[in-house]
Amino acid sequence: MGADFVMLNLVPLLVGVLVSLACALPGNFLILRRQALIGDAISHVVLLGIVGAFVITGSVAAGLMLTGAAVVAILSVMLIELIRRLGRVEPGAAMGVVFTALFALGVFLIEQSDASSVHLDVEHALYGNLESLVWFDGQGWGSLLDPAALAGLPAPLPRLALILIAVVIFIVAFWKELFIGTFDQGFGETIGARPGLVGSALIVIVAAVAVMAFDAVGAIIVIAMFICPAGAARLMTDRLAAQIAWSAMFAVAAAVVGYVLAAFGPLWLGFQAGVSAAGMIAVTAGMILAGACLFGPRRRRAGA
Amino acid sequence: MDALISALLLQTGYNTALVSVGAGLLGASAGAIGTFVLLRKRSLVTDAISHATLPGLALAFIIMAFLTGDGRWMPGLLIGAALSAAAGLLGVIWITRRTRLTEDVAIGAVLSVFFGLGVVLLTVIQSLDSGGQAGLTGFLLGSTAGMLRSEAETIAVTAALTGCAIFLLRRPFTLVCFDQDYATTRGIDVRRVDLAMMGLVLAVTVIGLKVAGLVLIVALTIIPPVAARFWTNRPERMVLIAALIGAAAAYGGAVISSLGERLPTGALIVLLTFGIFLFSLIFSPVRGVLAGSYAQFVMRKRVHERQGLLALARAEPIYDPLTMRVLRRAGFVRPDGVPSLQGRAAAAAAVRDEALWELYRREFPSEAASIEYQGLVPISEAVPPDMVTELERRFTLKGA
Repeated sequence: MGADFVMLNLVPLLVGVLVSLACALPGNFLILRRQALIGDAISHVVLLGIVGAFVITGSVAAGLMLTGAAVVAILSVMLIELIRRLGRVEPGAAMGVVFTALFALGVFLIEQSDASSVHLDVEHALYGNLESLVWFDGQGWGSLLDPAALAGLPAPLPRLALILIAVVIFIVAFWKELFIGTFDQGFGETIGARPGLVGSALIVIVAAVAVMAFDAVGAIIVIAMFICPAGAARLMTDRLAAQIAWSAMFAVAAAVVGYVLAAFGPLWLGFQAGVSAAGMIAVTAGMILAGACLFGPRRRRAGA
Repeated sequence: MDALISALLLQTGYNTALVSVGAGLLGASAGAIGTFVLLRKRSLVTDAISHATLPGLALAFIIMAFLTGDGRWMPGLLIGAALSAAAGLLGVIWITRRTRLTEDVAIGAVLSVFFGLGVVLLTVIQSLDSGGQAGLTGFLLGSTAGMLRSEAETIAVTAALTGCAIFLLRRPFTLVCFDQDYATTRGIDVRRVDLAMMGLVLAVTVIGLKVAGLVLIVALTIIPPVAARFWTNRPERMVLIAALIGAAAAYGGAVISSLGERLPTGALIVLLTFGIFLFSLIFSPVRGVLAGSYAQFVMRKRVHERQGLLALARAEPIYDPLTMRVLRRAGFVRPDGVPSLQGRAAAAAAVRDEALWELYRREFPSEAASIEYQGLVPISEAVPPDMVTELERRFTLKGA
């Protein structure tokens, strides 16, 4: 655990943990509201936002890309709702129509523009590249106390820390509204808790998390983390607060174990290079969910 | 433009023609089976299936690379993809049945975890350094450029076979989609029919990998049926229309992508399908947006006309500008606001009609409840003539 670890592995590991937490916390509400696949849909359309921003402005500045992605994410949610209402299309199908079409448009734009030459290719977008977040100024554990070295931290790290803080503040501040809106929308409306508004805010938060995380780690880990830790936690307890605590624990465990397995596992087996960390974290989250499905104390429906 | 037309007419070489026809057959099968899946409200299960093919593809590639030195043999890759997609499908079914997690959670979990595993295996392949990985990346987003003749033939033949299977199984599929209980009483095993349906989706998804890519093949099973739903209420026609839309979009997309270097097949096919969907959403005469807003416009006019006439009959002043405009247009009111002769007659008729409706509602409440727009259309248009005569008889009796 020396200087190499700080330079090469510390930031990716932290980013993995932050992304996992930021996804898993709102994921609890998504799965209880039967909106689990919103995360999947948003993660796909984010590609269009990023490419669109590049095509329009010709720049790869992070701020522009994030804005583009957020705009498209919110537009796509509205489009799903519009198609559902106007065409009386079943919600799942409406979602399928919108996210596949927007993803296709993103792919088409990438191929048509020069985006594929500037690190913006589809594979990067899907797999992410956690391993590339090297902290060149991190020469050892001492660098954590060195302001000059800290200034050189890869940009996604502070961004993701901020979004995680925003997520936590949102959940704490609107706990009552989220709680009521998740379990009894009608009751929430009668007591003036505005569950509809808070529900929309939840989707905006989910979009923001997906966009931020996408840049650093790719789509796949985002979808897995919105669903797997919260799903596993759902099988552990009947209380929402406890479920959220379990999901946070599962998320951190998946991120740490997954990252370690990806970075060091192959070396222990005698291979040269590590495997995809984002993929491995998703797989670990899946293992945790499978374990909860087999052994979780609350895995059956009550009375079933 | 000439290049496009000659490509559409299969004039640009045997290979392109074969690929386009294969894609068309695939689109037809995907649209047809997707219709049943949509009616069964399982559209997004396809999403899980398609993502779950990746680890199988990668694993098959690794195994074949170890055994033969070349991992690109397509039937082998497809078998691997089918096996892992089946595992993913069983995972979705198992989680939904055995735990209290809902189907959308099961779908999301399976698609992300399997895809994650696939990505891990892809990085293993990169480190193996065996070459020929290019064959694999085509599966992500679909490519028809450089497709081998044998590959195109495999796609065409299997797509045709799945199409036949869907045709043969259309009766039990339809029954299970619309009335599960009735299907059970007819001795149909719903679980087996569902399994057959999912098996065919799986087959279509796996064959479609090379054409549309594993991220986009799901669109070919979702969008055509949703578009077809706008054009008909009858399931057999819906299957047919969805198959036609799927075939047209897949054929067109494959042809266009063969014209240039930077034209991704899967994306083009999906964008064409989406175009057809948008057209249906807006212009369908039955459920389309335009037809819907026209019907709403007619309805509003009717309400205002009826209310205006009743007001005229009671000699009440009319303040609502829309009502006034409707009455003036119909010639019931002169420009100076005084009711015309024609208007008085129509008002009297409206009062009488209203009275008949009220009588009908009182005397035959259950029949009245089943009529749409009661009180807004003349009663003679809404109920059978003998009933109108009967109502008029009772009305005169009461009046007398």
